[in-house]
Amino acid sequence: MALTAVPLFLPGSSPVHRLGAGAKLLGLLGTGVALAVWRSPWQVGLALALVLALHAVARLPLRVLGRQVVGLAWVAVPLLVVQWVLASWQTGVGVVGSFVSLVLLAGLVTVTTRTTAMVDVVVRVCGWLRRFGVDPERVGLMLALGIRSVHVVLGLAQEVREAQYARGLRSSPRAFAVPLLVRSLRHADRLGEALSARGVDD
Amino acid sequence: MPEIRVTEVSHAFGDGPARRLVLRDVDVTLTEHRVGIVGANGSGKSTFVRLLNGLVHPDSGTVTIDGRDTVRDGREVRRRVGFCFTDPDAQIVMPTVAEDIAFGLRRRGLSKDEVRARTAAALTAYGLDGHADHPAHLLSGGQKQLLALASVLVTEPDLLVLDEPTTLLDLRNAEMVRRLVDGLAQQVVLVTHHLDLLDGFDRVLVFDEGRIVHDGSPAHAVAAYRTLVAR
Repeated sequence: MALTAVPLFLPGSSPVHRLGAGAKLLGLLGTGVALAVWRSPWQVGLALALVLALHAVARLPLRVLGRQVVGLAWVAVPLLVVQWVLASWQTGVGVVGSFVSLVLLAGLVTVTTRTTAMVDVVVRVCGWLRRFGVDPERVGLMLALGIRSVHVVLGLAQEVREAQYARGLRSSPRAFAVPLLVRSLRHADRLGEALSARGVDD
Repeated sequence: MPEIRVTEVSHAFGDGPARRLVLRDVDVTLTEHRVGIVGANGSGKSTFVRLLNGLVHPDSGTVTIDGRDTVRDGREVRRRVGFCFTDPDAQIVMPTVAEDIAFGLRRRGLSKDEVRARTAAALTAYGLDGHADHPAHLLSGGQKQLLALASVLVTEPDLLVLDEPTTLLDLRNAEMVRRLVDGLAQQVVLVTHHLDLLDGFDRVLVFDEGRIVHDGSPAHAVAAYRTLVAR
């Protein structure tokens, strides 16, 4: 399986694209809270239907949704089975449905919102933390770096896996995890140096 | 051109028995438009250029850029000295092309309109205008290096330091970077293993074991370097 990830911003002019980053993030937060409280199968089904409807309104290519669903299936299906066996099918559908709805909604927000717009919102929201010595710009930068790093680490994982296959180590978790960790730390080190060079520490 | 003055600089990494002296009493003044630096791996050239914008502080001696000390006036120095690394992936901070170019401008407190205008101009100038909203990780190696350069140059530094910017690039992309560097009006200090990039440079320094062992025109310096590695 090729390594997949939530895609980054895809430009567009749909109503979802035009909605402000603050409103979208607030909507995501509200949905998270709502799904923590209401988890019956029909409530979760309604939430999932709404998320899928928003994807349609955003006029995103179907492959964007497809990739996310395939990526989620690796976690969602075993989780559903475990919940069904240990609790009930209703609990399984509730837990997995709310998890899938939230991830798909978060993906939709990411795909339809520029990172800088999200960073601006986070910086505004965190403004009050200044009095406690927290730099809101740094919080925003952390968010941006987090989003960017997902793809960097996935790229490193792909390289490590290819190197692993080339040396015939197909099923060795250690041969995968150790070099990935080392490369990720080395990348973080170089990124830190680049940020210093761009005056982020000043 | 800015005056780069490196005075009696020594620098070591590590402590105790693991301590390794990477620069030994380096003393040089650079005022030329384009300065090249060559040397074997571990010769001290990358540490030398990291001194120029305060990424590395000298253990002894001083480094000044137009009279500004890189330790004492680090912030001001970094605003004037742009730095481009070997691996563009490690210096692209934002997820999309336009956002990464705008990153440095936003941090300088420019208005949104000015950031937008200067980003658009940079995208056009560096041939990235069709990629504004593209995820940076999907660009080719050459395009990533162009993006890294554009993100530094958009802030209009007086001096651009490039540490082996073509090492990870194929011949075509290396040529693209060479043309870009050739066309820059600002002072350039370029570390490279691609010796043909130094054609037309004003001055080339050869580093070996933490010292400048040759300082002259590209032809003479490259010849001296070839002699050095053949020993």
